[in-house]
Amino acid sequence: MYVAVKGGEVAIDNAHRLLADRRRGDRSVPALTLDQITEQLSIGVDRVMSEGSLYDRRLAALAIKQARGDLIEAIFLVRAYRTTLPRFGHSEPVDTGAMLVERRVSACYKDLPGGQLLGPTFDYTHRLLDEELEGDPQIETGAQRTDAQEPVMRVADILDQEGLIEDDGFIDPALEPGDINQTPTEFPMSRAMRLQSLSRGDEGFLLALGYSTQRGYARSHPFVGEVRIGEVDVEVFMPELGFAVPVGRVQVTECQMVNQFKGSAKAPPQFTRGYGLVFGQSERKAMAMSLCDRALRAEELGEDLVAAPQDQEFVLSHCDNVQATGFVEHLKLPHYVDFQAELGLVRTMRAEYEQRTGEAVLETREAAE
Amino acid sequence: MNAHASNYNFAYLDEQTKRMIRRAILKAIAVPGYQVPFASREMPMPYGWGTGGVQVTASILGPDDVLKVIDQGADDTTNAVSIRKFFQKVAGVETTTSTEDATIIQTRHRIPEAPLQEGQVLVYQVPIPEPLRFLEPRETETRKMHALEEYGLMHVKLYEDIAKNGHIATTYAYPVKVEGRYVMDPSPTPKFDNPKMHMSPALQLFGAGREKRIYAVPPHTEVISLDFEDHPFEVQRFDKPCALCGAEQVYLDEVVLDDRGGRMFVCSDTHHCESRQAAGHRGEMSGEALS
Repeated sequence: MYVAVKGGEVAIDNAHRLLADRRRGDRSVPALTLDQITEQLSIGVDRVMSEGSLYDRRLAALAIKQARGDLIEAIFLVRAYRTTLPRFGHSEPVDTGAMLVERRVSACYKDLPGGQLLGPTFDYTHRLLDEELEGDPQIETGAQRTDAQEPVMRVADILDQEGLIEDDGFIDPALEPGDINQTPTEFPMSRAMRLQSLSRGDEGFLLALGYSTQRGYARSHPFVGEVRIGEVDVEVFMPELGFAVPVGRVQVTECQMVNQFKGSAKAPPQFTRGYGLVFGQSERKAMAMSLCDRALRAEELGEDLVAAPQDQEFVLSHCDNVQATGFVEHLKLPHYVDFQAELGLVRTMRAEYEQRTGEAVLETREAAE
Repeated sequence: MNAHASNYNFAYLDEQTKRMIRRAILKAIAVPGYQVPFASREMPMPYGWGTGGVQVTASILGPDDVLKVIDQGADDTTNAVSIRKFFQKVAGVETTTSTEDATIIQTRHRIPEAPLQEGQVLVYQVPIPEPLRFLEPRETETRKMHALEEYGLMHVKLYEDIAKNGHIATTYAYPVKVEGRYVMDPSPTPKFDNPKMHMSPALQLFGAGREKRIYAVPPHTEVISLDFEDHPFEVQRFDKPCALCGAEQVYLDEVVLDDRGGRMFVCSDTHHCESRQAAGHRGEMSGEALS
């Protein structure tokens, strides 16, 4: 006998039980520890931190473990957790010029104050599978620099000496920075809010959009002014003390993209900039972000709007992978009420169609006779 | 009030967030059918699973409320079960499947068959709150169109439907006009349910989490489905009554019985169907063996 399907509750419980079982896998294989994940899968951890908008390697590692290595699911776990945290203020702007750099490369100058520092990069590795890594080979520690370090000057400041690049701009110190978590999305968005959205935007989506600008969709003639990775101090202004105090350090990746610009009615010929800043070591993301940021400044710089990467609503409404995956995947939820309505409509239209064509066949036959 | 998971604030959201959402709800009630932007939070269920409805429910829920959650009209679909469990866990409120006993009903895709009463709140989960979205993808444009009450595009769309098909080819999320002003998306409920929104004594709240919008239809408000004088709005009709409880004039789900084209039609509102069966109503297939 047909009864309305009961037992959703049991089904869910059983699904969760099986999920936990599959997550753990073969019990004779030792369970992953969070330290192993933070230490040995650190770039994945960094992606979860940056797109999860929460600087906490341990929680990111926990999320990756819980999500069975599905990074978007891990990002979602971190986001859901951060919602429950109280927001007590905002930091002073971090000074990336004072960064303790581990890597800094510029494509604009052969040599520059502070030098080119390759750091821990995949760039010049040959992508050959290293079978030794099946085991746990002895690994040397990194070489440490001993000579006196000169300040690692920002490339933007070098170009600025000649006035050839737009400057950093001016921020009213009294201005409260916007917060995409606390304000509803409304367009047009300020650049600060756009950068927040891009910084937590999906790496793959921004990569593809940035790539499309290189291939001619809103071309922005980019040069990597510099990419730098390292630690910066985070300072918070304490009204009780009357000055800012450091509350900790975070590792960030910053990309300053320098873009050729012929000038327009709104701005003189000069180099313009696209900016990328993300938590952890996420070079691909920071670079893609800076290409997208530059493309989104089209209107401000008086450029023609010709392609998707310049379109705020298109880019910012779709760059969040937690939103995107939710809406795409929700299609698997039951829709049978609406499907029933569509079934009814298609059946009616089909009957009308068959009646019409039937009549038409009849008419041609009669005409032929 | 039952014990609820003490690690979280009552109903999960912190009080400040609830206040922010309540302000948006009050504004929405004051301007019926207008979409109020709100700073939607990330919830522990995915976007698309009802995060907007969950935030609205969490903000209006009190310890004495009785909550009913339905999806596709049914209390026992997996997502309805999951959302009900969520509120049991984080708010410890009493839950029910009975439409009459609930003070708050959260729904996806249906309005219960039993008429709602004064004092009840119906919370809709909304995927795309903008009725003009598929005619104009830009939010900046559609907000302007609402402000200027410029709904010509929608009427042209409906007219084109009639010109091409002889009737309006929209079966769910059928646009309505609220209190003679805003065109509103009723969420993807079948148009069968549209008339139930009109002059309802219950408060109707709509939450769209991913799109960060809340809107409302206050009690006793005019909700008119868009149509033309010579092509008046019509709801779906079913040829047969419910196979289990014999109900007519209700929305039915089609159930595939076998691989030989066997079908049966049953109430989509499970509580309505069960209460009718309990009251002795029978349909043509109640008690029959499925083979």
